[in-house]
Amino acid sequence: MTAQDHESLNEHVRRYLYVFYALLFGTLVTVGASYIPFGNHAINIAVALFIACGKAFLVAAFFMHLISERKMIYGLLAFTACFFLGLMFLTLSAYGDFPRLTVTR
Amino acid sequence: MDIPYTVEPRPDTGLYNAKVGIWLFLASEVMLFGALFSSYILLRVGAPEGYWPRGWLNVPIGTVNTLVLITSSITTVMAWASCKMNQFGRFKVFHAATLLLALTFVCIKSYEYHDKFTHYEITLRDGRIADGHLVANDPKADHVVISGRYVQDRKDLFDLEVRPAPRHHEELSIPRSQIEKMERYGPWHHTYLAIYFTLTGLHALHVIGGAIVIGFLWGPGSKLWETDPERFTNRIEISGLFWHFVDLVWIFLFPVLYLI
Repeated sequence: MTAQDHESLNEHVRRYLYVFYALLFGTLVTVGASYIPFGNHAINIAVALFIACGKAFLVAAFFMHLISERKMIYGLLAFTACFFLGLMFLTLSAYGDFPRLTVTR
Repeated sequence: MDIPYTVEPRPDTGLYNAKVGIWLFLASEVMLFGALFSSYILLRVGAPEGYWPRGWLNVPIGTVNTLVLITSSITTVMAWASCKMNQFGRFKVFHAATLLLALTFVCIKSYEYHDKFTHYEITLRDGRIADGHLVANDPKADHVVISGRYVQDRKDLFDLEVRPAPRHHEELSIPRSQIEKMERYGPWHHTYLAIYFTLTGLHALHVIGGAIVIGFLWGPGSKLWETDPERFTNRIEISGLFWHFVDLVWIFLFPVLYLI
């Protein structure tokens, strides 16, 4: 291993540590935000999910190295994202049927 | 015959085979957890107003478990970086830390499960409901003892953020002859608990499975380092990708189940 490779890996390690601190901070912010009365519970849900998406991005991009991955992996994940969005679309369309068909009080 | 492309990348994909394999597997995992998350959404939006539980789980404990899993993610990636830097000793330390953190996560989760399985809702013949943790349930005794409270309306048990339970519970001795129904907070008690146990149980199985693989690579599997360090480093990367995915799923499970 050359000195340049070693320096490059040390740089990566520093980046991992910054991501780790950001994830810890993000967790505490998520918990803190859940106690803030935004007036509408939907806003609390949106805030929690927004922070979770940010944390998921950090894990996927840096710990899983997706920020500098090969094209094939991106293609594979694009397919997965399409199927995942399709699944969520089906869920939402089923939600449209709820009041009329299934909810009994 | 040697398996090709375990170390060097295939010319067409630019990746070694195991990496393609793990990403295909993770793609299927996304759909598995995605299906369960969509079940959660349907159950939640389909619940009648005021009957979806809030505050049933212990947020500080869930937060600690989240921090434990995030810490295990950094130790995993540091273990891989140590292999890349030819520091086998450091790899051993970081992966041992990952294993300990995985064990801690499972222990905390078991404690949470135990807490739910000793929590009872008891409907009495006079219409009151006793809710709390079991203290004594000797089949020979004519009383059941729980540490909890009485409520008149079952709705008072659901949204603990709007109608919080008293901090100090009293010991309630309930005659068996007065009990109409007695049910613990298992998956059968409420759809919220059904999806909670399904999601967290499946996630815990992934933690245990990942820990077994990491344990193997830390112990007997680490012999490969002596003969083929590059291939061993790739194995660490693959197990690490799985572990980060497990962390990623928990990043969504925690707010969804504990906070909102």
